Order: sequence, then structure tokens, then C-alpha cells
Amino acid sequence: MTERVPILRIGDLLLVSIQIDLQDQSAIALQEDLAEQISATGATGVIIDISAVDIVDSFIGRMFATIASLSRLFDADTVVVGMRPAVAITLVELGLSLGEVRTALDLERGMKILRELRPERRGPFDGDSGAVVATT
Amino acid sequence: MTSPSGSAEDVAISTDGDVVRVRQLVRNYAIQAKLSLVDQTKLVTATSELARNTLVYGGGGVATVQAVTDGRRTGVRASFHDDGPGIPDTTLALADGWSSGKGLGLGLSGARRLVDDFDLDTEVGRGTSVTVVKWSR
Repeated sequence: MTERVPILRIGDLLLVSIQIDLQDQSAIALQEDLAEQISATGATGVIIDISAVDIVDSFIGRMFATIASLSRLFDADTVVVGMRPAVAITLVELGLSLGEVRTALDLERGMKILRELRPERRGPFDGDSGAVVATT
Repeated sequence: MTSPSGSAEDVAISTDGDVVRVRQLVRNYAIQAKLSLVDQTKLVTATSELARNTLVYGGGGVATVQAVTDGRRTGVRASFHDDGPGIPDTTLALADGWSSGKGLGLGLSGARRLVDDFDLDTEVGRGTSVTVVKWSR
């Protein structure tokens, strides 16, 4: 059984918080689910929270890059937030720069980056948009 | 001289769930060996790459994890063995960016950078064995 990572919708944003030890099939499923959800909801931003992730290897790193390119095709921006220091050190030594993936220290800064990229974006604290679970 | 300081544990690698199991087992050994958090992370990441190689390129195989000592330091040794097609050109396979197409080409070369000792033994038609060691500082 492939474990699925939930995707939460907050205003114009989709939030993914990876809380499991991600196996490759789950990573592939997440890419597909996100593409579907961005297309279905018209989300303009994706935040991937990896503060609970204790390793990022080349497969998971490639998943971030794939999600970033995918969301770009739907005119959405992706930010990876909350990378642990030990993970960052390991990634650099592994040779994975994640150059094409936007990153931020934490969720708050990630949201700020997305807001600056697109000032008209509706965040969770603007207007009437409550948090809605968007996964099927 | 690296010698075992405990019994070895094997994990059969035949699904990507097994890659996760290898990571968790290596993590436990790394904590036991008192590796720093950064060194634990490096070793677990390296073994994740190697376990995936065993699965994807070797067609499955087995990982063996063991606590080791050189008399001065404690460490963790992880070996990956498969009876797959082998690697025809190891120099090329260990170069950054080399890939047979399914990855980023960082698997072997990246894993080597993350560990202290790295040994690759492969023969075309016979299979591949990779052994890595990470020492506590």
C-alpha cells in the first residue's frame, strides 16, 4: 500500500506537510496528486513543508524539482520550507543544489515569498477564504 | 583495522518499502554508534541511494548493517549486494552526472562523498557489492 501525503488548500495556496518517511511510490503519487489539485483548484502557490523530514536523497530532491516545474506549467510557484540543517549540509555534499527550487527557512517566510511574488494572492488571513481540505 | 563489534542484520531489498526499512535500520545503528546528527544524516542518505541502486539497477538484493570499531572509534558499516548485471565502467559510474537514465547521476558518487570508507566491487554479469563505513568523530 502506498501511503499518501495529504494536500491542504488555504486560499490560493496548497500546503503539503511531509510527515512520513517517504518511499519512492509515495513521492510519485504526491507529484501526481499535486498536479491534479493545482489544475482543479487553480492554486497559484504550493508550499512543501519538510520540517519533519530527516533525510532528502536524490530521489526526493528530484521530486521537489519536478513539483516546481510542474506547478510552473500551471502558473503556480513552489516553495520548500523548513529544511533541517543536517539535511541541508548533506544535500550540498551529495551534490544536489536544488537550484531550481525556491526554499525558505520556515512556513511564515515561505508564505511571505509567495505573497511578494504575486501581491494579489489571497492568503489564509485575507478575506473569507478558510482552510479547506482539498484532497480526495 | 575495521572489525565487527556486534552482530550483523540483513534486510532483503525487493520493494521501495525495503529502501525505507534500510534507512530506519541504519539510523538506529548510527545512533547506537554515537554518530553526530549530521553524520547520521549523511550515512542514512548515502545508504538510501545505495539501497535504491540495489533495487533499481541490481534488480533487488540484500543490505547488511553492522556496528564496527577500529579500536579507537565506533562506526557503522553497511553493505549492499546484488546479483544484477554489474557495472561495466566503474570510473564512469563514480563520476558525477553519470546515470543510466533513471536518476540524477548522483547515487554512487554522492554516496561516496557522504561516507568515510567506500568500497565498490562489481563484475559484469555477476553483480555488484558496495560497502560503506561512517565513523564517529
